Amino acid sequence: MSTVSVPLPAWINYGLIPLLNLILAFFFSGLVVWAIGESPFEALQLLLIGALGRGEGIGFTLFYTTSFIFTGLSVAVAIHAGLFNIGSEGQAYLGGLGAALVALAMDRYVPWYVTMPFAVIGAALFGAACAAIPAWLQAKRGSHIVITTIMFNFIVSSLMNYMLVRLLIVPGKMAPETRTFLPGGQLPKLDWLIAMFGGKLGAAPLNFSFLIALIMCFLVWVLIWRTKLGYEMRTLGISPTAASYAGIRYSKIVMITMLISGGLAGMMALNPVMGASARLQIEFVGGAGFVGIAVSLMGRNHPAGIILAALLFGILYQGGAELSFDMPSITRDMIVVIQGMVILFAGALEYMLRPVIVRAYQQFTGK
Amino acid sequence: MSLDSPKEPAIELVGIDKKFGTVHANKNINLTVAKGSIHGIIGENGAGKSTLMSILYGFYQADHGEIRISGKPVTIRDSQAAIAAGIGMVHQHFMLVENFTVLENVMLGAEGGQLLAKGVASARKELKRLEDDYGLEVDPDSVIEELPVGSQQRVEILKALYRGAEILILDEPTGVLTPPEADHLFKVLRVLRDQGKTIILITHKLREIMAITDTVSVMRRGEMVATRKTAETTVEELAELMVGRRVLLRVEKGAANPGAVLMSVRNLTVRDSRGVTMVDNVSFDVRAGEIVGIAGVAGNGQSELLEAIAGIRKPSAGEIFIDGKPVAGVDPAGLRELGLAHIPEDRHHMGLVLKFEEYENSILGYHRDAKYGRGPFLDLDAMRRDAEEKIGKYDIRPPNPRLRTANFSGGNQQKIVVAREIERDPKMLIIGQPTRGVDIGAIEFIHKRIIEMRDAGKAVLLVSVELDEIRSLSDRILVMFAGKIVGEKSSEAGEQTLGLMMAGIAA
Repeated sequence: MSTVSVPLPAWINYGLIPLLNLILAFFFSGLVVWAIGESPFEALQLLLIGALGRGEGIGFTLFYTTSFIFTGLSVAVAIHAGLFNIGSEGQAYLGGLGAALVALAMDRYVPWYVTMPFAVIGAALFGAACAAIPAWLQAKRGSHIVITTIMFNFIVSSLMNYMLVRLLIVPGKMAPETRTFLPGGQLPKLDWLIAMFGGKLGAAPLNFSFLIALIMCFLVWVLIWRTKLGYEMRTLGISPTAASYAGIRYSKIVMITMLISGGLAGMMALNPVMGASARLQIEFVGGAGFVGIAVSLMGRNHPAGIILAALLFGILYQGGAELSFDMPSITRDMIVVIQGMVILFAGALEYMLRPVIVRAYQQFTGK
Repeated sequence: MSLDSPKEPAIELVGIDKKFGTVHANKNINLTVAKGSIHGIIGENGAGKSTLMSILYGFYQADHGEIRISGKPVTIRDSQAAIAAGIGMVHQHFMLVENFTVLENVMLGAEGGQLLAKGVASARKELKRLEDDYGLEVDPDSVIEELPVGSQQRVEILKALYRGAEILILDEPTGVLTPPEADHLFKVLRVLRDQGKTIILITHKLREIMAITDTVSVMRRGEMVATRKTAETTVEELAELMVGRRVLLRVEKGAANPGAVLMSVRNLTVRDSRGVTMVDNVSFDVRAGEIVGIAGVAGNGQSELLEAIAGIRKPSAGEIFIDGKPVAGVDPAGLRELGLAHIPEDRHHMGLVLKFEEYENSILGYHRDAKYGRGPFLDLDAMRRDAEEKIGKYDIRPPNPRLRTANFSGGNQQKIVVAREIERDPKMLIIGQPTRGVDIGAIEFIHKRIIEMRDAGKAVLLVSVELDEIRSLSDRILVMFAGKIVGEKSSEAGEQTLGLMMAGIAA
């Protein structure tokens, strides 16, 4: 028995350890900031104020959070069935096409709340379709899902280039993007949510898809822990041999899981495409699919953890943007370094501190 | 070994204490092992034998206590230090590089210098000497994966001796051996002892203790409860010391009352993923109200046979009938519907999901049943109530359905599986290794349940590598060797006869 198997109370496991990891990440980021000649404390202050100081900053933070929740859920659902879906990026991208086609088709005729359910379905279907082929290859041919989903990111990227440059572009324009959706194809801003706390949303794009993301968190929780399908997914994820013993069909679960995972990734597109820019733009996903991997990892693949982790990354994105604006020597790339530190310490080195804490805990409790 | 000189201690453990969190794995252990003796250590699973040996071999550090080798206190920080102190360990699961030769494996980690050639020559010479001295014959140039298990184990022993081990620790060494191979091992161990080596044998098989050891120490719940001269003790006394109460070593059962054939297997052939034939044209019947035992050394196709019947593995030829209906190709879920229950031989990977809480495992395979939730949903309350009922009935400890399954002892884990499969009241029960890694108390309990199933008119197919278990439970015994059924015997057949059949020598 090593210290890994020593049970710790939940507040240490889910509270103290992540917190200490975060502090370490910030400490080393601070060293980097200090090394380039800026004050780490000032930088941290700027980052936090930028992300949380004003209504508009909060609006941007939650806007990013929304995208990360969707992609984080996408990765988490797959992980529960033992599948590492690296293709959330591409699935979200193709999901954007689904959402945009619905919006373009309906925005002239109906108000947003009629368009929305169709757009959700459209985005999810296109995302799921993008995951379907890798899922089938894994289920029936044993091609590794990590490889195939990565390759599909490139395939989707090329496909979307073609679609936007050749088919969906507004005739006579230079920008590879669709026309701007009418209000019937847009998701409303959540001014009232920020106003409830006395702030002003301003230009921030926080929109209705934030609420959809929260609903999805709940539905994913129900799926994983309260349904027979979720039970089968978890069994397969932890022990494929136990699953085959229990008569759980591998190919069926792999297909269903990946379709759900791809669908969740696809829904991410609602946020930027219908909530923020009101048009389908090239490369609109912008890495949110990959951030979803870190979010899921940090959030221990649990919807509640994913919300918190997504919020953290939302703060880093928004605060980081403000920081590089206020401190020109801290470039956009520096922000990526800081985000990398967080991923490194909170995700990959998750167990680094554990043995020390286990020992301290044992001494403290006298056992 | 000279008899007149008083035997000095090779190892002394003084006041060894070790805790893992709240688990007190070793409580103030004192143990003296005489030089040039075979010292057995027995105890149920979780009694602390492995922890104690791991401390001796440097995997763990004791919280308190002292280790003395030949009278001198030593600190063993890691296995390197253990080797330097002259301690060698033969693990239950071999630590060999499968596609290296015997010689390469023996040298591994002790190559002697940057260039290989010189080391190889001297190693070959040393290996030859060791083989001659101790009767450990193995061809130094054969590749490990082509050797039978018994020879692989000899390579492990050679590895330890090559590193200058004076003290050899063997952890459950006969678990994977045929009876003749085990006999050979014991011969080797006696030679080693007579040449002055000290041997510590960890086992749960009382018969082996009686057959080979000079002294035996019994552990129970982290404590060393007794040390006896083997000649002055009995199997009954040792069993009682291990469990802490009197145990029935024999299974009591009445005569079988076989009814109609419930399960039949006809010309079944199963190939593994590499296309190697594991089950070769096997046919037999199991009737209602009888236990058919399949004896054989591990790896002779029993696992594949069970998996094929359970629907986990597709047979490549032949047919399986349940109640007269052909079922080859039906999946495990469909077979459960037909009344087939399966206690798999590998509870860690197949019968249980160790990371699940107990109540989640208590429905594995039956999770689609309406009683565990309507439609697509699971009814957690119903699941927990059901689990609590089984916990009570099968005396599963600790009685907590919310505990992670990995935190139950081997015996209690097995009871979770047995409860799940038996309580569904199946018509047929197929069982693999029902008591592997299970403590004596639980063995007694599980054996009783199996007999009860038979007496209730169920067809039971039992696979076990424990010959004693097969002999005491089965009404008929089939012996499997190299994928074939090489013969059928009644349960009265002698161990000798069955042992030879298992080794493929006589039919």
